[in-house]
Amino acid sequence: MDYIEPHGHMVSRSTDDYVNMARSGCRAVCEPAFWAGFDRGSAEGFRDYFRQITEYEPARAAKFGVKHFTWLCINPKEAEDLSLARDVIGLIPEFLKKPTVLGIGEIGLNKNSRNELTILEEHIQLAADHDQLILVHTPHLEDKLKGTKLIIDALANHSGIDRSRVIIDHVEEHTIELVLDAGFWAGMTLYPESKCTPARAVDMLELYGGERLWMNSACDWGVSNPLAVPNAMMEMRRRGHADEFIRKAVWDNPRTFLGQSDRFVL
Amino acid sequence: MDSRAKVIDVAAFLDRVQRAGQESDYRVVALRKALQVVLDGAEPRRAGDVLLSLSDLSEKPIATAHEKGASGAYQAAP
Repeated sequence: MDYIEPHGHMVSRSTDDYVNMARSGCRAVCEPAFWAGFDRGSAEGFRDYFRQITEYEPARAAKFGVKHFTWLCINPKEAEDLSLARDVIGLIPEFLKKPTVLGIGEIGLNKNSRNELTILEEHIQLAADHDQLILVHTPHLEDKLKGTKLIIDALANHSGIDRSRVIIDHVEEHTIELVLDAGFWAGMTLYPESKCTPARAVDMLELYGGERLWMNSACDWGVSNPLAVPNAMMEMRRRGHADEFIRKAVWDNPRTFLGQSDRFVL
Repeated sequence: MDSRAKVIDVAAFLDRVQRAGQESDYRVVALRKALQVVLDGAEPRRAGDVLLSLSDLSEKPIATAHEKGASGAYQAAP
């Protein structure tokens, strides 16, 4: 069964991963801008990174028949420096013209600080100004609940945001209802130890009916599995779910949300 | 039996921590409270309740982020 990987940091993955993803049925991968593992020193460093994910990664993916799409932002971990963050936000509009850019992401919060919140709000304004989809990162571990609430409030406080065009990612059992009840889409991330397992994600699909939900691997330079979505598909089959329900989770839902950008063409 | 293995893993971890004299580490204290949440839970929402027990329940943004990582359990600032 074909699937879409809605959140993979392919710039940090080897070409072997593209081969294995393609073999497993991945037809498209979406790559949000993220932290490199260190703080970049200048806005020009981000310009080079944006070129890498809008030019090189689509070409690398295409060799294996995988379409590659991108989201742009300065990530929350680097948002404490307001001056740098604003310089980077100033670069983004020129890259929104690139043919594989879907929207603004992954914006959000990390430690739930005032500066992070300020930059989140400025990204939301940028998305509204340019009519872009939004992909949101919620904080890790003990910070996730508080950050999710702050993020929902920030989005709700902006009258120009259409909640059906926002996905709040990395939800877990204690935040998923907050996100869905507020009218946003919710992403469940299948990432070892610090986020969901396939089994827990499938539990949540069953509990919430699969509407406005997707699953992703968020594979990056940490210990993570770019085939986490196919693993979750196996879990769904093991539980006896119909192909239609599986396809909804891994193909129809991502396609519905991402298809709101006219750049998302398969 | 995957869950059986995970319970044994948790038990072995607590044994290791105790042998190292680290039982008072706030993350270990929080883990033991989370285990109690699992045992006390009568409704099928234990996973969410465990996550809540490990969460920062405050609501206001912090002044400045001095670190980037999370530790797994909330410890209020002194």
